[in-house]
Amino acid sequence: MKINFTHHQTAHCENGVVSNLMKHNGFDVSEPMVFGIGSGLLFCYIPFLKVNHAPAITYRVMPGQIFKRFAKRVGIKIKKEKFNKPQQAKNRLDQNLEKNNPVGLQVGVYNLVYFPDEYRFHFNAHNLIVYGKQNDDYLISDPVMETVTTLSTKELEKVRFAKGAFAPNGHMYYPIDFPKELEIKTAIVKGIKNTCRDMLAPVPIVGVKGIRYTAKLIRKWPTKKGIKVANHYLGQIVRMQEEIGTGGGGFRYIYAAFLQESSKALENNTLSELSKEMTEIGDLWRDFALEASRIYKNRSAKKDAYNNVASQLETIANKEEVFFKKLRKAI
Amino acid sequence: MNCILAVKTIRINMKKNDVPQDEGSLEKDNHKELCYAVNDKGEYTTIQSTGWKPKTIALDNALQEINERINKAKVKVLNGETSPIEYYMECHRMDISILASYVGKFQWQVKSHFKLKKFNSLSKKTLERYANVFEISIEQLKDINHEN
Repeated sequence: MKINFTHHQTAHCENGVVSNLMKHNGFDVSEPMVFGIGSGLLFCYIPFLKVNHAPAITYRVMPGQIFKRFAKRVGIKIKKEKFNKPQQAKNRLDQNLEKNNPVGLQVGVYNLVYFPDEYRFHFNAHNLIVYGKQNDDYLISDPVMETVTTLSTKELEKVRFAKGAFAPNGHMYYPIDFPKELEIKTAIVKGIKNTCRDMLAPVPIVGVKGIRYTAKLIRKWPTKKGIKVANHYLGQIVRMQEEIGTGGGGFRYIYAAFLQESSKALENNTLSELSKEMTEIGDLWRDFALEASRIYKNRSAKKDAYNNVASQLETIANKEEVFFKKLRKAI
Repeated sequence: MNCILAVKTIRINMKKNDVPQDEGSLEKDNHKELCYAVNDKGEYTTIQSTGWKPKTIALDNALQEINERINKAKVKVLNGETSPIEYYMECHRMDISILASYVGKFQWQVKSHFKLKKFNSLSKKTLERYANVFEISIEQLKDINHEN
């Protein structure tokens, strides 16, 4: 069986799943709108957790948060299910497909066979939509891919029950109840306020303070960890910032797109100006990535180089601090 | 003054035409990712990108790092310093905590299974668990040079 579902490619998987599911249900909500209303933007240095033997840094909120907040703010209801047994998970999925209901799934990336091999790491917070089943193959709409694809029953079970940090446990979710009209305007305001609060949080590892904290660490890495490890760590930051999904500049461009769209929805010109400013900040993040890549490309950088990229990060932190204070006032 | 302004306008906005189309690791798989950029009117739009050098290098380095870890583990196994479990763990891009959750053991248990003495006394059931996770036979698990 195959549900009549239209696939749209997006930058990020979670936004994409939500946006595509909303579109399927007759609500034209763009990816940046989902991201902004769901307060997806963040910066956080996650202590004690290592990803690929390097510190974990995230440019977005915890997996699942975007959809949760988005749903609450625009007034839709979502159903979420997790499972202990793969068989149960499969049965519930099949039931939904029979009811013509495409569902979102949280999956692990490592065993996603259609992903390029280079991108297959143990990362468990990827999202995709299943929109049908033909023989033993599930029809998959993965929002970061250009076109739709398929996974066999066994392959799907494997990615749904990947293990490690953020193990999905078959996590399945879909909207069940919609209001007549979405409360977009109030939702935008709530979304922006939340992001401002996060980015300006008085927590040393979160938001603007988190960026400064990371800059401080970068200064220490070459002497404390040695050039090789320092380069590996730096590469990891750039990958978190630019790898598939962020839309460039650690989600900053998507956020700028959201502000631009919001300025029209709220008829608020300040937001349009702030959108331009966010784009500039996005460019600074790109500059930072470029400088950092020069360091780890040569593999034998001077200590000065690390201080330089750290200073770049501090500049970004200062700009973002000013930016989010302005944004808070603008709404 | 003019000069400073000119520099600034280049920096402002990731323009549509500025979205990098470097040869990326994605390109050979013919996969393009979506990026957000500003068009001539200053409006946001999406555009596909084949890749960007800074992150291609970062990814290449990460993969190289993994290969180094695999080779190191291999040498250690051949020298009898660690059990093949560590080698297969590296092959699957895992660390101890990920492997532990896949085989349903504690991290200290997995770590102890790296010791040859402990590894050689593992029950068939435990060996099977590891073999299943790595998708290999028990013979291969015991001997990394074992042919299929």
